[in-house]
Amino acid sequence: MEIYHFTEFPWPHLPPDDSFPSMRLSLPSRHYDPRIGAELYNMYLDQYLLADELGLHCMINEHHQTATCLNAAGPIPLAILARQTRNARLCILGNPAANIADPIRCAEEMAMIDNISYGRLDCGFVRGVPYELFASNANPTETQERLWETIDLVIRAWTSHDGPFNYEGKWLHKRQVNVWPRPYQQPHPPVWTTGGSDLSHACKTVERGHNFAMFLTPVDGLAKMFKGVRQYCRGAGLPEPADDQFAFMPLVAVGETEAEAEKIIESVFWYVTHNKSEPQFRAPPGYNSRDLYARFLSGRYSGGRTDAIRTRGVSYFRDNHVAIYGTPDSVVRQIRALYDKVGGFGHLIAMLHSGDMDYKTTAGSMTLLAREVLPQIADLGTKSSGFGPLAERKAVAAE
Amino acid sequence: MNRRREKIVLPGAEIEVERIGGGPPLVLLQSAETYEAGLELVDRLAADREVFLPWAPGYGGSALPDWVRSIDDVAYVYLDLIEHYGLGDAVLVGFSLGGWIAAEMATKTCERLSRLVLVDPLGAKFGGAYDRDIEDIYFLSFDRVKAIKFADPGRDPLDDMTTLGEDEAMQVARHRETTARLCWEPYFHNPALRHRLHRIAAPTLVLWGAEDRFVGPEYGRAYAGRIPGARFVSIAGAGHYPHIEQPDAFMDAVSSFLNGGGG
Repeated sequence: MEIYHFTEFPWPHLPPDDSFPSMRLSLPSRHYDPRIGAELYNMYLDQYLLADELGLHCMINEHHQTATCLNAAGPIPLAILARQTRNARLCILGNPAANIADPIRCAEEMAMIDNISYGRLDCGFVRGVPYELFASNANPTETQERLWETIDLVIRAWTSHDGPFNYEGKWLHKRQVNVWPRPYQQPHPPVWTTGGSDLSHACKTVERGHNFAMFLTPVDGLAKMFKGVRQYCRGAGLPEPADDQFAFMPLVAVGETEAEAEKIIESVFWYVTHNKSEPQFRAPPGYNSRDLYARFLSGRYSGGRTDAIRTRGVSYFRDNHVAIYGTPDSVVRQIRALYDKVGGFGHLIAMLHSGDMDYKTTAGSMTLLAREVLPQIADLGTKSSGFGPLAERKAVAAE
Repeated sequence: MNRRREKIVLPGAEIEVERIGGGPPLVLLQSAETYEAGLELVDRLAADREVFLPWAPGYGGSALPDWVRSIDDVAYVYLDLIEHYGLGDAVLVGFSLGGWIAAEMATKTCERLSRLVLVDPLGAKFGGAYDRDIEDIYFLSFDRVKAIKFADPGRDPLDDMTTLGEDEAMQVARHRETTARLCWEPYFHNPALRHRLHRIAAPTLVLWGAEDRFVGPEYGRAYAGRIPGARFVSIAGAGHYPHIEQPDAFMDAVSSFLNGGGG
């Protein structure tokens, strides 16, 4: 089991809750104070440096035009960490493939980070949450197709070493693709995607040999997806994917005592309670499945995970393994129980920080996770023996 | 009133068309909300004409082919439709998004058109880069969208979507997906259209709801100002859909224009 530290780089100093309708997209930046913000950026980066010292990995994401996340460009902190950390895997979840205008620029940035870090990049590509469509102006009806077209083009760009090639696809046109540098990892860095309830997307990810990650999903939904992918692979005659093709992100807090952990998780829970947005931001037409969108329009669905779980308490989260917290031994038990219930996974992305948590509190929780929990679960989960699409791995194994 | 639905096969698309009444042809292009098919005004227009009411690709019974990605593409499908029926001297009436499609068609050729009626048409951009010519209906709350589109929001035919059955809700969802696919960016306009409007050679009436806050009357005047000889008529007490909010005033303006009121 690989464990990653994660903070979403929040801006916690919000105006009174009843004075603004959404933390995302419409909150004016006059509520951001750069003197405080500069300190926050550096404190958040310090958390990742500590993660590296402790033997944890780093996960970085990005969101746009929102106080929930000051990381407006994941490659920037990733580049800093590529230089300033020594051992940690550097996972970006991810590059918002459906929203970026230039995937070749993305391929170049990621290749640079892979080189500077001596091959420690885990390169995620995401469709992006629906809010991003307003920040990027990207067409919501195209996002799923653009995600995969971008992934395919980036991989081709990383793995072609014979000069320029031509690409004129459905959404992207590049007549002279010749990316420098080539990635440090060969043939290319591991590719990840994230997903919600779309099983076909998860299956496509894993079948192609990539890693599939889910965030804050209650255990039943998580099991349905992870087991569904494995069942699909069996049905398709593919080799069983190893556990390290599956990742999950819960909220995490580790304390010396149960009471201390409870206090910390309440702070991490800020992410859930302070994530408000306007309903129409969550469901631009064509982003969700038509069925889901129809239910949204007719008031039968509120549009997204966040609202449905916002009103539930921490205990609901713990019962569903969306929040994992307690003493080190308790946390070990919870992770093992989750592992068994979902049929196995190999990457635990721990959201250990949120809201106005200070460095000291976060560092305490991180340190216990790394020193007391990690050694007890390090050998949990199977590892992939090959690289590339599962069908090709099978062919190699059969030779 | 004689009414029938049929599916026609055009070179690039299969289109569902409703035909109402008999007489000289009038092609009615609906708004993105497809309110028009259900309105009494269709019968009034069909009193002495045959109304052809097609469903654009991705709406009603018309499939959305992969190649249709813009309103310009839809305009070519409808030019094929007019040729398919062999229509000549047709009146072309378009509402909102349908008005945009009608304008695109007329900039390409008016050969088979006698008159053009554009009702709060979208599709052009007249302001500068920082001007919001057309309000962002995707960013605003549902209530706010209703408020900017109607002088009296209670007149929205889709006033309460919680009463929709599952199939109806799926249809509304599909229509909104199609609209987003064709109109998300550039937002409800084709940058080239304003530079083509001068090509419209048919006598044209531009009707505008005086209280349209989705796309305001000043935009409508600019639109009409670019079409040679076009007449601009503002309808009081109406927002973006004057034919829904003030059907009598709407019919008066259209009848007077079609019955020799000149262009």
